[in-house]
Amino acid sequence: MTRKRLILTVLHRLAVLAYVAFALFPLFWLLKVSVTPTSLLYTEGVRLWPSQASLEHYKFVLTHSSFPTFFLNSTIVSASTAVIVTIVSSLAGYAMSRFVFRGKYWIVGLLLLTQMFPLVMLIAPMFKMLSPLGLTNSLTGLVIVYVAFNVPFATFLMQSFFDGIPKDLEDAAMIDGATRFTAFRQIILPLTLKATTFPVGLLSFVSKFSVDFGQMMAAGVLALIPACLFFLLIQRYLVQGLTAGAVKG
Amino acid sequence: MTSTHAAAPPNGDRRTAKQKIAVRLEPWLYSAPVLILIVAIMLVPLALGVSYAFRDIRLLNPFSGAFVGLKHFRELAGDGAFRGALVNTLWWTFSSVILQFLFGLILALLLNQPFKGRALAQALCFLPWAVPSFLSGLDWAWMFNPVVGPIPHWLYALGIMSEPSNILSDPETAMWGPIVANVWWGIPFFAITMLAALQAIPKDLYEAAEIDGAGPIERFRSITVPFLAPTMAISILLRTVWIANFADLIIVMTNGGPADRTQIVASYIFTQAFRRLDFGYASAIALVLLVLLLAYSMLIVILRQTMLSRH
Repeated sequence: MTRKRLILTVLHRLAVLAYVAFALFPLFWLLKVSVTPTSLLYTEGVRLWPSQASLEHYKFVLTHSSFPTFFLNSTIVSASTAVIVTIVSSLAGYAMSRFVFRGKYWIVGLLLLTQMFPLVMLIAPMFKMLSPLGLTNSLTGLVIVYVAFNVPFATFLMQSFFDGIPKDLEDAAMIDGATRFTAFRQIILPLTLKATTFPVGLLSFVSKFSVDFGQMMAAGVLALIPACLFFLLIQRYLVQGLTAGAVKG
Repeated sequence: MTSTHAAAPPNGDRRTAKQKIAVRLEPWLYSAPVLILIVAIMLVPLALGVSYAFRDIRLLNPFSGAFVGLKHFRELAGDGAFRGALVNTLWWTFSSVILQFLFGLILALLLNQPFKGRALAQALCFLPWAVPSFLSGLDWAWMFNPVVGPIPHWLYALGIMSEPSNILSDPETAMWGPIVANVWWGIPFFAITMLAALQAIPKDLYEAAEIDGAGPIERFRSITVPFLAPTMAISILLRTVWIANFADLIIVMTNGGPADRTQIVASYIFTQAFRRLDFGYASAIALVLLVLLLAYSMLIVILRQTMLSRH
């Protein structure tokens, strides 16, 4: 019995280890390419670590490119998007969870519909609508569009969060609810941040410097650092928050 | 709710009437910002996009814009590339969802056991989710390349490949590239939702079953599976629709090639819109995809309903 248990434990740890390795190896490769000098990029492409590591790509990206500006813009856009999405979707999620009203199912249907078509379909019409308002090529326009894209899923999450709090406990929950709400904010925020942070900055970056892969990877790693740190800090709230919503069954 | 209003005394003063209106309006006030945003930013452009499907809309061509009726759809019916893309979409979507789900569920079960360093292992295993899809695509394309990536050499060493070559340039295997990248990227989503559902199962159920002499497999079958089923159904449905529309990895890694073997409907729409700048045709394809996905979702919802009512 104890031997069987020992074998099972070892197998379990090995499986976890395999998952960790699978999750991390591509990230390691990203890092490896970003510190490989351009001259060694192809000759030592397959080595696990270049014979000579250098920070030349990082130096270039930080000083000779518009990456810092893109990065700043991305940060502004994702931070404002996250804040607005959190406020707006918690209001709607609250309404969906606490009220019985006609038209509720239409709203749910509407929110689901927004998840079903390729967003590419919207780009041309959206451009046509936003350009007379002067919102194309502006950060404000970007924030509005991102908020709209992220709000449906966030509303569902918020609804299940409010569903998880017993209604008759509402007043009492206000006191200890503050902490639960904080935890919840920590879910919506990262979700939105993740979805919006870089695509913009990195895409424009790539179209400008698509020749040099080392620099591209360096930009990628730089952009990833804050996202990964943030995600590492909040991921446990993610599971907790979803559990809180699911408990009532 | 209407009945309570009808039962209210007819001689109620104006103040309560006002209050009644306020009560009725309250949920709408809360929902208003979301509704306005979705209608203005998604539904109006969607309606416009649907109308484009029946018009000749080509960017950079000022003379386009005329109404062409069902021309795009007739063209679509005879478009071999579109039919190929439909088959590829099925292949891409179902292999991605099944693999993501299976590996995600296994990871959730592994992480549901208490062990030393679990918090760290969980954080690291979920990390791929924080990587933007675009960057994941680049990274995996890089790793599959025999000049700058290790994977072909590993496959060669294992005897799976006769020589280190790029699976992304071989029409027979190219689709596996984006699928592997998608599985890597999507495992955390299923693992997070499944782990949350697992942790919501009352522990005493397992204890009771163990006392009754149920083995681990029996316990998994009779407690874990029924408890997870609702979460599984919803997350698989949403994920299927989402992945069918998800073209980022394919566009970055293979651009639909070689020989259209990795072209899915979503990436085909992208190609039509941004390479040929034919937004009319692109919208027609998108409309067909939307109808197919709606039909699929209805089917799943009806199936679920009948299964629930049978119980």
